[in-house]
Amino acid sequence: MKVTLKKDVLDPQGNVVQQTLQNMGMDTLKNLRQGKYFEIEINENDETKAKSKIKDMCEKLLVNLIIEDFEISKI
Amino acid sequence: MNSSVIVFPGSNCDRDIAVALEKLQFQNKMVWHKDTSLPKSDLIVVPGGFSYGDYLRSGAIAAKSNILNEVIKAANDGCLVLGICNGFQILTETGLLRGVLLRNINLKFLGKDIYVKAVNIDNKFCNKYKKDQLLRLNIAHNEGNYFTNPNHLKELEDKNLIPFKYCDENGNINEQSNPNGSLNNIAGIFNEKKNILGIMPHPERMVDQIISNNDGANLFASLLN
Repeated sequence: MKVTLKKDVLDPQGNVVQQTLQNMGMDTLKNLRQGKYFEIEINENDETKAKSKIKDMCEKLLVNLIIEDFEISKI
Repeated sequence: MNSSVIVFPGSNCDRDIAVALEKLQFQNKMVWHKDTSLPKSDLIVVPGGFSYGDYLRSGAIAAKSNILNEVIKAANDGCLVLGICNGFQILTETGLLRGVLLRNINLKFLGKDIYVKAVNIDNKFCNKYKKDQLLRLNIAHNEGNYFTNPNHLKELEDKNLIPFKYCDENGNINEQSNPNGSLNNIAGIFNEKKNILGIMPHPERMVDQIISNNDGANLFASLLN
């Protein structure tokens, strides 16, 4: 599960990382935003059900929906 | 007046606030986060610190603790609730206060004295202050950068729900006097009913002339008024 900052939320950490890479000479770098990544194992064989359970976890705790978006994918 | 201070693993301002409340003659009780009921309280304080080591997001884990269910119920029934620093972060994570506290804009932990202006005093927490009075308070946080959506920000301003704004020693509210990047220099906000206050600075550290100053004392004295 991937957590990203919403577009209109400032990302000072990402900005500093971007600035540093640019200072290191990575001059093709256009934009960088920092996020979070969770690996979740779940006891559920049905993929749709598993995803909906993880969505619930995201909405109730893992993600702050005021500032963050999330994306669930199977690995 | 009866007060309760909620204690989480990682709280570190719980004793300070208890000392401040007792000095102001509150009958205070400490309440462990696993408790499932609150003692009779006129005021509930969610103190500062680093509950659960700030894991996941500051305040996110504490917001799901047993006692917070009771705090939410009491708050919705009109009980006075004060969240200081990490307590403010916890209250935003519960949804009792809207918005969120982002990482400080300069990415540094800030531990220093700053000035705030009491811009709205017509409420239970600030009535002992004078309008636009300057207070020297202490901040100690990594995530104090208040953010919310433009509609809510307008509502906070229009409905006088911002009691304190960061300023310099002459009372100027501007970008230079904003320590952490908070929208509109916001240092604290109320909910719409003004019974729930969240602030990043620590008034409980400013209740004794010997160790600091007295600028925080009137926040507690106001509640007794």
